[in-house]
Amino acid sequence: MTAPHPVVPDSEDCLIEARHALLSFGATPALQGASVRVGAGEILAVMGPSGSGKSTLLHCLAGILTPDSGEIHYSGRRVDTLREQERSALRRDHFGFVFQFGQLVPELTAEENVALPLLLGGARRGDALREARGWFGQLGLGGLEQRRSGELSGGQAQRVALARGLVARPQVLFADEPTGSLDSLTGEQVMELLVAAARQQGTTVVLVTHEARVAAYADREVIVRDGTVRSMSTHRVGS
Amino acid sequence: MSVPIALLGLIEREPSHGYDLKRDYDAYFGRGKPLPFGQVYATLARLARDGKVVPGDAEPGAGPDRKRYAITESGRLEIADWLAEPVEPEPHLQTVLFVKVVLALMLGRSAERYLDTQRAAHLQRMRELTELKRSGGAVDALLADHGLFHLEADLRWIDLTCARLDALSEMVRA
Repeated sequence: MTAPHPVVPDSEDCLIEARHALLSFGATPALQGASVRVGAGEILAVMGPSGSGKSTLLHCLAGILTPDSGEIHYSGRRVDTLREQERSALRRDHFGFVFQFGQLVPELTAEENVALPLLLGGARRGDALREARGWFGQLGLGGLEQRRSGELSGGQAQRVALARGLVARPQVLFADEPTGSLDSLTGEQVMELLVAAARQQGTTVVLVTHEARVAAYADREVIVRDGTVRSMSTHRVGS
Repeated sequence: MSVPIALLGLIEREPSHGYDLKRDYDAYFGRGKPLPFGQVYATLARLARDGKVVPGDAEPGAGPDRKRYAITESGRLEIADWLAEPVEPEPHLQTVLFVKVVLALMLGRSAERYLDTQRAAHLQRMRELTELKRSGGAVDALLADHGLFHLEADLRWIDLTCARLDALSEMVRA
């Protein structure tokens, strides 16, 4: 019943890193010198109160936003200085995403939604759909391939979104409150599947959540408060 | 809740008589369960015996004990160690968590660092229970869930307290 105590990865062991990231939206500071390291294959929970900057940090790590100053590194490569087109390619080829409300494309069937990242990556339609269908069984979605998002329950839609996030076998999965719209039991099922699939593929996961029971699925957690990251430790503090 | 450590904390704040200690203990920590005078003086005697406090000379005045007790370096270290150590995460810790936060604020120490350490200890325990759920059977999962929900309740209290530390500090140190 023991879980290993969390260890912060060394600089050379980390896959993705923010160094002193600062970002403001107008006069409102969102990140105020946020630094965090995520190890390869690690599942990191990013926690914090509403408005603390945790989703902004995720968007910076994923190359969706670029900080006003500071650096973002992925696999030894500086991300924040890349052009938008290069960051877009990086997101498409290396990263997967799961958001709170699934954000499936309503006009597409469930299997077409899952196949989207493969199609955007240049796969042939037949190959992409075949690969997408392979995910339905392992996520308990068998028989729902042709349904559109309006015909799926919240839990089913979120599992489809999870399959879409993982289908291209990304190096990093960014999950922003992936269970935030689900009840406890359904959320637990989604987390079980997310963790199992990520472990199987060796995918690194950055998981933003305000729920401790969701964060408990991660290897380690950090707290974002007032735009800075507090690295947690189970060691005693000084007086 | 440990009465000796609470009294030691109150004495670190300022050298105090037994009467003052009982009054402040009842106000901050008693919560409807006042501390008997006998227990105050017995505790002070034990703390003095163990070298955690030293009694001053008897002062003139009415009452059973007019000695003012001051904390020693050994007593200060004990308080520092106690405040730095997260409590073993288990349900129904509210009282101990509460006393640690109030004493830390009262003594001008970092309650936020204590709460962060406690949060990490709670989350580590929640990881262990989550692992038990994933690897065990249905009965293990049921037991683990019970622990997880209670620990989660503590964590929500920790988060809320973190958000209120400035206001609490002003009140406690007024």
